[in-house]
Order: sequence, then C-alpha cells, then structure tokens
Amino acid sequence: MLQTAQRGKKSKKTAPEKAAATKPAVHERFLEAFRWMLLSRTLEEKLVSLYRGGHITGGVYIGKGQEAVSVACGLFLQKGDIFAPLIRDQAGRSAFGEPLVDVARTYLGSRQGPMRGRDGNIHRGRPGDNCLAMISHLGAMVSVVVGSLMAKRLRGEKNFIGLSCIGEGGMQTGAFHEGMNIAAVEQVPLVIVATNNHYAYSTPNDREFACADLVERAVGYGFEGYSIDGTDLNTCLEAIGSAVQRARAGRPPQLVVASALRLSGHGEHDDASYVTDEIRRQPFAQDCVKLAEKKIVDLGLVDAAKLQSWKDDARKQVDDAMATAQQEAAPEGAKEDWCAISTRELADQPE
Amino acid sequence: MSITYLEAIREAQAKLLREDERVFIYGQDVGGVFGGAFKATKGLAKEFPNRVLNTPISEDAIVGTAIGAALQGMRPIVEMQFADFSSIALNQILNQAGTHYWRTNIPVPITVRLPSGGTKGSGPFHSQSMESIYAHYPGLIVMTPATVEDAYTMLIDAVAIDDPVIYCEHKYLYYHLKAEKLPDKGLPTGRARIAREGRDLTIVTYSAMVQESLAVAEELARENFEIEVVDLRTVKPLDTDTVLASVARTGRLLAVGESFPWGGATAEIIARVTSEGFHLLDAAPVRVNAKDTPIPYHPNLWSTHRPGAKLIAQKARALLKE
Repeated sequence: MLQTAQRGKKSKKTAPEKAAATKPAVHERFLEAFRWMLLSRTLEEKLVSLYRGGHITGGVYIGKGQEAVSVACGLFLQKGDIFAPLIRDQAGRSAFGEPLVDVARTYLGSRQGPMRGRDGNIHRGRPGDNCLAMISHLGAMVSVVVGSLMAKRLRGEKNFIGLSCIGEGGMQTGAFHEGMNIAAVEQVPLVIVATNNHYAYSTPNDREFACADLVERAVGYGFEGYSIDGTDLNTCLEAIGSAVQRARAGRPPQLVVASALRLSGHGEHDDASYVTDEIRRQPFAQDCVKLAEKKIVDLGLVDAAKLQSWKDDARKQVDDAMATAQQEAAPEGAKEDWCAISTRELADQPE
Repeated sequence: MSITYLEAIREAQAKLLREDERVFIYGQDVGGVFGGAFKATKGLAKEFPNRVLNTPISEDAIVGTAIGAALQGMRPIVEMQFADFSSIALNQILNQAGTHYWRTNIPVPITVRLPSGGTKGSGPFHSQSMESIYAHYPGLIVMTPATVEDAYTMLIDAVAIDDPVIYCEHKYLYYHLKAEKLPDKGLPTGRARIAREGRDLTIVTYSAMVQESLAVAEELARENFEIEVVDLRTVKPLDTDTVLASVARTGRLLAVGESFPWGGATAEIIARVTSEGFHLLDAAPVRVNAKDTPIPYHPNLWSTHRPGAKLIAQKARALLKE
C-alpha cells in the first residue's frame, strides 16, 4: 500500500502476506472475502451465458478482474453505513448484503425485484437499506453519499461511514470533482474507492488524465490518499479496511486508488479488442480471483475438497436465484402504474 | 405593515426551520451574516447556525447532497443563487431526484428554490425561466407562485410534499409585490386560481406574467372587454380543468409565459385546450412568449424581448377581434 507521499514506489506485498500467514483472524477474513469473490465470479459467468443465449434484454456489465477491490468495499461496512456501489461491484454488493435474487430479478426484469422491471442490470439498489441505486451518470453518487452522511450527523447518529465506488473514468467528471470537494468541506466520514481499470470503455489512461497517479488528487481535495495493487486481495483488504477504520475514527475523507485491469469488455456486447497485448502483460492485468485461490492453496488455508465445495455451493446459489427469477412474471405495460411521483393526487394528467 | 414577496419567502423558511427539525437550507452564500444574494435567508443562520449552510460553487453537488439527506429523512431546501445556474444541477435534479421514486419506490423530498426570470440589466445568464425544462421531465412538481400569499404558503407546501419540488420564485416580484399579511393556508397544490373574472377572453399565465396580465385586463376593461386571468400557480401539475372551465366561459384563449417560445408551458396549455376543449373555442388560441434569442442585457432590448403588458394587450386585442 502506498501513501500519497510515497507515490512512485512499488507496492510491497510481503508484509501483509507475512501477517496473513501468522494471524488466523486475517485468514478467516481472507477466506470470507474469497468466497464473495467466487460467488460474484460465478454469478457473472452465469449472467454472461444467459446474455449470450439471448435471455437478458439490455446489457450485462461485469466486474471480472476487479472483485478483490470490490469485495473489500462491501466487507467492512456495518449496519447504518451507506454504500454506493458502481458498475463493477457485484462482489462488494454481495458482501454488503445484497441478496442474489435481487441481481437475478433485475437482470431478468422480474416484477418482484427491487427495480420491478423499471430499471435493469447494475442500476439497482435498496436505498431503504442504505444501498444506493446508481444512475448511469458517473460521479453523481458521491454527493448523494455526502448528503446521506450529513443527515446522519445532523440527527446525532454516531459511528457511521459512507463508501462510494468509482473508476478512473468517472473520476474525470465534473460531478466527481464537486462531490469530492464538498465531502472534504463538510468533513463527512467518507471513503472513495477508485479502481483504475485502465480503460474508460475503450479509451486508455493516456487520454483520460495526465497526472502520474490519480491518488495525487487526494491532497488537492483534502483527502488522505492511498494507491494500491488492486489484484492482490490481501492488499485490498488491508488498505480499504484501514481507510474505513480511519473514516470511522473521524479522520478526513479517504481516497483509495486501486489498479486492476478490467478483464472483460465494458459490457458483454464489447469484445475489448482495444486492450493491447502490452497492457495484458502488465502485473495489474492478473486475475485477482486466481491469485487469491493460488494463495489459499499455497498457504494450505483450506484443502482442495473444501475449495471445490465452495465452488459448488456458489453455483447452486446462483442457479437457485436465477431459477426463482425466471419463474416470476414480467411487468406488463397495460398493468403498470404509470405515476412517477409518490403524491398521487399531484400527478399531472395530460389526457 | 406590509410584507414583500421576498420577505414572504424568508418568513416561510423561518417558520419551516422553527417547526420542522428535518429542514435545513443549503446553498451558495445563504449562511453567515450575508443571508443570500437576494437576502432570502437573511438572519436565519443566526437563529439556526447548523441548519443554514453555505456551500462551495458546486450546483451539482449541492443538489446531490440534498438528495442524499432527503433519502435519510431530512427535508432540505436548496437555494440556487440564480435559476440559470441550475443548469449545472440538471443531472441531479432530472436523473437522480426525478427518477428515484419511479425506480426504487422511495421518494426524494427536496425543495429547490430557483430565483427566476428577468430583471433590468441582468442579461443572458441571470434572467432565465426554467420551469418548462423541469416540467418536461417526469417526477418533479413545478411551482410558480405569482403572489406574496402564494410565495409563502406554496413554499411551506413544497417542503411538506414527499416528492421533489422545483419552486420558481420570480426575482421581478421580490420587492415590487406587497401584501398586508400572510395567510395560514392557500389553495391546494395543483389548483389554479382565477385571478380576475371575465367573460370575453381567458389569459392563462403564471409567475410574473400574472401581474402583467392583470394590468392588461385593467387596461382592456376601459375598452369594455372583460378579461379573465387564470394564475396556474403550479405549471406541473397543470390544472387543465380550471383552464377548460374558463375557456368554456370566454371562448378565447391567450397563453402567456416569460420563457422561450419553443415548446414549454404555453405550448402545453394550448395543446391541452385544443385537444380536450376544441369545441369551446371561438377563435384559434394564441400564445405570448419571450423571443427565441438569449435574454439581452440592455434595458431597451430586454423590454422588447420580455413579453410585457404592451405585447400581451396587443395580442389580446387582436384575438378579441377574431
């Protein structure tokens, strides 16, 4: 993990690994995180196959390669915390507590899902349970989390934080800039986790920004910043866990920038042919799920049979969720309640 | 003792802050001893130092923050320094607040105050009327109070409504318009008001154009025409029933708005009346709007760009001859 002031140095993985090898509690956390990653990977493989089979209308957007960062975002949040996941945060959403059937219902357009067919794919959430429903306009969720935290503070609540995910693409929007600045002005307990997945759709980093490392911006905003290797699960758990702890302890807002290549297209309609071979050979192009599994095997944290049973269990959970959603009724235009406001008597009726 | 339109807005906010601890005010320069570019929040920060908060110049984040707070049970009032600058916050207002209830079943009770409309010398970026943009998008309620009494009660109503409300307060009325006292209660939200009764022609209008239209009605009364003036009060929802009932009495419709001519509230009024009440019309309906150019700075140009009493009277006379 790099602190802002140490930009340019290579991330040191040896220390956390040593810690992992000597602390059983850390092992437990690593294994728990790995299982959420596995579940996310299994779920998204299923979504891709359903998409290819023509069973999903609209797009499928997966977080392959970014599960280690994402799971760490969801894992350290507690009841009362606010989570604003983004496009590639299936692992984090699951770790935060999103039921798999919410995903299945939203992708398959079930009327019983949280979005009831009114919105699809990754544009889902349960704001009543503090999991915000992202809009497509990047950067727009940051200030919404800030406001949620201000409300909690105004009401005198204690020990809450907010965590909002973003990518290096979204970091270039005006909304993100305004959100970061207002977060620091309001001094809310916020953690921003930015994954540099090296492409904004097809546009590589050199056409996205011109600073050496995006974490440099932390100082400018009044955040504390850390730059990490997003392919290493232990690093992600250490860095994001610590950032969450610091925010909870009343330190300034935290920015963690993780580097991990998106191992898919922007959506499944995109073959990502623009990703160069040179990029694919970089350390940040490693598959975090494979790396974590290798570590589990190398350290002998669980045996092969156990690993296999976890994989089987993930597949079963995914299949069950999909089967449930597939049996449910789709919404119908003629029966839909076409009212966009809750105060029904104030609905405008042009005809 | 008289109270202005602007003072009514401040009094409404003072009452809301005193009576509802969920309310806070968020915007540029609203706090401290300053109390807002137009002084609509003057003195409020002294009484409620933690609930009348200055913000950076970040319209998008101001509204985003209000949305987040509203989702956690607060009732934020956002002051845009000028309605024109709310263009920066369009994404949060339209795509976040406006879609939220439909998408998630959870409403977003924010009130966004927009100091709107033209005043002398204000130019292209401090004069706009944005109501038609907000009314076009689903999920928002758009208020356009035209009287001191409505400025007061409608702002209190706006904060009570569970859905996002765009409250368009007209800067031209801030100091010009006065009332003797503030009422406890106004007409229900969404109900238009017959501002003046008449039987020869209906002017349907809102915001500052209500005052212009009333002046025209007074002028034409001296020519023995009785003009009915309907003050919409909210452009969304649009009280089509009251408008149709008025046109049924007069047979003639003039729709008047201060915003740009393409589309918008006046076009909507005419579309609804021709679609639902074509048989009520004795002549083709007419509308009056600003010109299809940016709003000019120089008073000589602005007074021609803005659809004032002179133009409204001219159009009304022509329509009465039809």
